[in-house]
Amino acid sequence: MSLAENVLQIIEQAAQEQGFGRVRTVVLEIGQLAAVEPEAMRFCFAAVMAGSIAEGAALEMVTAPGAGWCLQCAASVPLTEQPGACPRCGGFRVRVTGGAELRVKELLVE
Amino acid sequence: MCTTCGCNAGEVKLDGQTVHDHAGSDGRVYRHAHADAHDHSHPHPHGLLHLGRGETHAHAPGLSPARVVRIERDILARNNGHAAENRGLLQARGILGLNLVSSPGSGKTTLLVRTLRALPAHTPVAVIEGDQQTANDAERIRATGTPAIQINTGKGCHLDAQMVGQALQRLVLPEGGLLFIENVGNLVCPAAFDLGEAAKVVILSVTEGEDKPLKYPDMFRAARLLLLNKCDLLPHLDFDVALAIENALRINPELAIIRVSAVSGEGLDDWLGWLARERASLTARQNTSVIEAA
Repeated sequence: MSLAENVLQIIEQAAQEQGFGRVRTVVLEIGQLAAVEPEAMRFCFAAVMAGSIAEGAALEMVTAPGAGWCLQCAASVPLTEQPGACPRCGGFRVRVTGGAELRVKELLVE
Repeated sequence: MCTTCGCNAGEVKLDGQTVHDHAGSDGRVYRHAHADAHDHSHPHPHGLLHLGRGETHAHAPGLSPARVVRIERDILARNNGHAAENRGLLQARGILGLNLVSSPGSGKTTLLVRTLRALPAHTPVAVIEGDQQTANDAERIRATGTPAIQINTGKGCHLDAQMVGQALQRLVLPEGGLLFIENVGNLVCPAAFDLGEAAKVVILSVTEGEDKPLKYPDMFRAARLLLLNKCDLLPHLDFDVALAIENALRINPELAIIRVSAVSGEGLDDWLGWLARERASLTARQNTSVIEAA
């Protein structure tokens, strides 16, 4: 819920800076390993945007792929889950390096 | 995270006093401009959502006045800005700030009280306590002679950097010492909110499950140290210490782990040693930066 409120703050600030009055679509970039439940975000998004310039806006979520650094292989590897095994060696000594993103990527406005 | 628990809609209080920087016309304080939108009984959120989706999918580029605005802004940017301010303040005063996180009931406050009593005499130290309600924990801390300030987050499920910044303004800062920030008992949301601390310390008690690191990976990934608490109870439990440690290291291979008991004092010396090393490395970093600046 507080994430949805932060999204609205970002939208309202952008509206002031760039002078738009309505938001039709909000595109969020959510990392594969970020602790965000898409359905929960949809529910909170609608509730928080109600009464704002983004009331009724569509929410699109783009997934950023998970990535890690395997300490065993000393290599960057893709990660799809947390905890995730290294796809090369099967070990779990993998430090997460990507996929934790939570960003407002773009807005479709009028 | 908070998208699942509907947090952060209420009044925030510092030591029972409302924070007045966002006071509404009714005299109550809302930390967010749209607190009212939190009402989950809003009659048609799903209707709105589907309406919005339909409209967008029907959108034909070039035929409407709509335009795309690239934003590329981190949703947590505002919190991270406040966290950077807190971190700057703490570093400038040579204070090691630690964010203590755990489930409710892991023994955080008891362990903290024991730690405060065991610290070398004259160690400058202060505590920020975060709970949804009551000042009980701050009172327990003050009983040790340590200055403490209580933040009540109301409906909020975690401390954020702005709350901590406000608390820091009211606290006598422990120059060159230690600041413990005891977060709201919750293994989910506090993982995402940087408070400006030097490190997160996660406390897991042996009365919980060995698989907690797997169930709540974000917190164990975000932490630098795991304190495995209530180890005095191990003889009475089926808890598999090796399995719990293995699970924690699966999530975070670089996590330091210390077995402790606030009751028996087991591991307390190791924990105090960790604190002393962290303080020493903070001082060393400060000296290096002074030399570099000179």
